Amino acid sequence: MKDRIEGKAYVLGDSIDTDQIIPAAHLVYSMTEPEERRMYGRYACSGVPNDQAGLPEGGMPLTDPEAWTSDFRIVIAGSNFGCGSSREHAPFALQEAGIEAVVATSYARIFYRNAVDGGFLVPFESRERLIDQIRTGDDVVIDVPAGTLTHVSSGEVFLLNPLGDVADILRAGNVFEYARQAGFIS
Amino acid sequence: MGQTITQKILAQHAGRDRVAPGDNIWVDVDTLMTHDVCGPPTIGIFQREFGEDANVWDPDKLVILPDHYIFTEDPHARRNIDILRDFAAKHQLKHYFDVGTARYKGVCHVALAEEGFNRPGTVLFGTDSHSCTSGAFGMFSTGVGNTDAALIMGTGKIWVKVPETMRFVFEGTLPPWLMAKDLILSVIGDIGFEGGTYRALEFDGEAVFDLSMEERMTLTNMAIEAGGKNGIIAADQKTVDYVEARTDMPYELVTSDADARYIFEKVYDVSTMEPVVAKPHRPDNKASVSEVAGIKLDRAYIGSCTGGKFEDFLAAARILEGNRVQVDTFVVPASTEVSKQLREQTLGGKTLWQVFVDAGCKMGHASCGACLGGPVDTFGRTHGTEVVISTTNRNFPGRMGSKQSAVYLASPLTVAASALHGEITDPRTVLV
Ligand code: SF4
Repeated sequence: MKDRIEGKAYVLGDSIDTDQIIPAAHLVYSMTEPEERRMYGRYACSGVPNDQAGLPEGGMPLTDPEAWTSDFRIVIAGSNFGCGSSREHAPFALQEAGIEAVVATSYARIFYRNAVDGGFLVPFESRERLIDQIRTGDDVVIDVPAGTLTHVSSGEVFLLNPLGDVADILRAGNVFEYARQAGFIS
Repeated sequence: MGQTITQKILAQHAGRDRVAPGDNIWVDVDTLMTHDVCGPPTIGIFQREFGEDANVWDPDKLVILPDHYIFTEDPHARRNIDILRDFAAKHQLKHYFDVGTARYKGVCHVALAEEGFNRPGTVLFGTDSHSCTSGAFGMFSTGVGNTDAALIMGTGKIWVKVPETMRFVFEGTLPPWLMAKDLILSVIGDIGFEGGTYRALEFDGEAVFDLSMEERMTLTNMAIEAGGKNGIIAADQKTVDYVEARTDMPYELVTSDADARYIFEKVYDVSTMEPVVAKPHRPDNKASVSEVAGIKLDRAYIGSCTGGKFEDFLAAARILEGNRVQVDTFVVPASTEVSKQLREQTLGGKTLWQVFVDAGCKMGHASCGACLGGPVDTFGRTHGTEVVISTTNRNFPGRMGSKQSAVYLASPLTVAASALHGEITDPRTVLV
C-alpha cells in the first residue's frame, strides 16, 4: 500500500452493486492471461446506468470503450458500495482499469473483504458524503498515514476512517503474505 | 453472557470456548464450495500461491458445482468448465458434478442441500454470495471471493470477524397466500439493504419452524440482500430428518443461549402480513402487492436458488393449473432433482411439468438461467426494456441482462398470479 494515492476522481452514487461494476456477461474472461484480463479494465463499471456514470453530469464511462485502462485513479462513491454478487472480478476489474482506491461512506462486506484480501485496491471510508462535493475529473490526493483526502482545486481536506485491522493485510500486499508473515500458514 | 448459535459454531471451529462479536479469528472450514464462474480464477490463485502441483487441503471437503453458464455456446464459458474438469481429475475430487453427465446437479446452493453437504453445526464457505443459504440447516455459511477461497483450498483455514446477530422472530400461522419470500422481502424492506451488513441474521419463531427446509432456505438465501454475513436457523427434527436421509456424515445441533445478546430484534406476526414485492432496482424497495397491482408486465420468471425449488413450482402450479399465462413465462428449475420431481409429481392428474407446458410456459434446463443475465444466449435473459416479475433474489440494474429492463421480485404465488393477468396481481384474488 502506498502512502500517497493521487489522481483524477470518478464519482458514483449509492448502492453500486457488483453487477454494475462488472456485468455478468463479462465474467468469462481469464483473470490471468495478459491479453484477456485487459477486458476487465475495458468493461469496469460498464453496467452503471449512463446517467449515473461519472457524477454529477453522468454519461462518462470509467474506461473509454476503445481503451483498456482508465484516466481516473480514485472512485468516490456513496453508501453500500459493492453490494450484491460476491464476484472478486469487481475489485479486480477496477484495479485493471487503474483504480487504486475507492472512497465510499460504506461498503458491502464481501467487496470490502475481496479488495483487501486480494490486495486489489484500498477501500477507504469517508466520514462525510463526498459525492456532492467532488466532481468527476477533479484531482484528489489521499494521504494514507494521515487518513485524509484533499480536494486539490478547493484545498478542502476530508477525514477518512482509520483502516483498522485490515491495514496489516493491505500493508503485507494480500492475505497470503499476511498469513505467512503472521505464521498462520507456511 | 450467552452466545448466539453463530458465535458458538465459530468458536468451536476456532478451537475456543467462546468468541465475542468483533473478534478476528481463524476458523477450520468443513466444506468449500465453488462453481464455474469463480472456480477457475480460484484455482488460478491457488496454483500461484501454493504451486502448480500443490495438493488441495482435503479433496473430500471441496465441492465443485458448475451451474451458472451451462447452456450457452459462449466459448469462454465453456473453457471454464474444462478448467474445472481438469482440476477435478488431477485432484481426484469425489464431489465434482460435471456438466453433460448424470452427475450434473444445477444451482449450487440447492444441490448442496440435496446432496447432504449441509449439516448442522458445520462451517461452509462458498465463492458465491448466496452461500448464506446453507444457514437454513443450523450451520455457519457465507460467501467469499476467489482469494479467500484459494487460501481455504490450500490450508482449510480462513479469518473471520465474528458478527453481531440480529434476530427476527416470526410468530403465528402463515396464511396460504404468503410464502417465505414475502417474509424475507419484508425484512429486507424494513432494515434496508445494508441494514444487516457485517451481521448474522437469525430467524426464529413458530412460523419459521413450521416452514419446510426448502422454504427456510428462501429466508437464509436472501440474508445477503440485507448485507448480512450469514443467515441462520437452528436445526430441528425436520432438519435432522432431511439431513439423515442424505448423508452419514456427522453433524451437531447447536442453539443460541437464552441469554445470548442480539444487537437488534424484531417480532413479526405472520398472520397479519401481506404479499409484497421489491420494486426495481433494489431488493429493499418494498411495496405490498396491492399497492403495485395493475402494473403491466412483459415477462414472468420462476427460477433460481431462491425461487426455483420444488415447492416454489408447486405453489406456482396451483395457480397456473388449467389456465393460460398472458405474458412470456420462463420456468427454470434450480436443479436436476427439481426437474425430475416436476416430471414425476402430479397436480390435478397431470405432472407439474405438463401443467406449466399447458399453461403456455417456456421450460428451461436446470441452472442459474437468467437470474444473473449471463451470456447473450442465456434462456430468459432480458435484452431490452422488459418489465419482469421474478422469483429471483436481485433486481439491480442489468442483473437479468439488460440495463433498461425493470425487475420486480416476488413470491412464486405472486409471480404466477401476475403471469395469468399480464399485470402485477395479488395472489389472494386468484387463490380459491
Ligand atoms: S440462481 Fe441466481 S442467485 Fe442463485 S446462485 Fe445462481 S446466479 Fe446466483
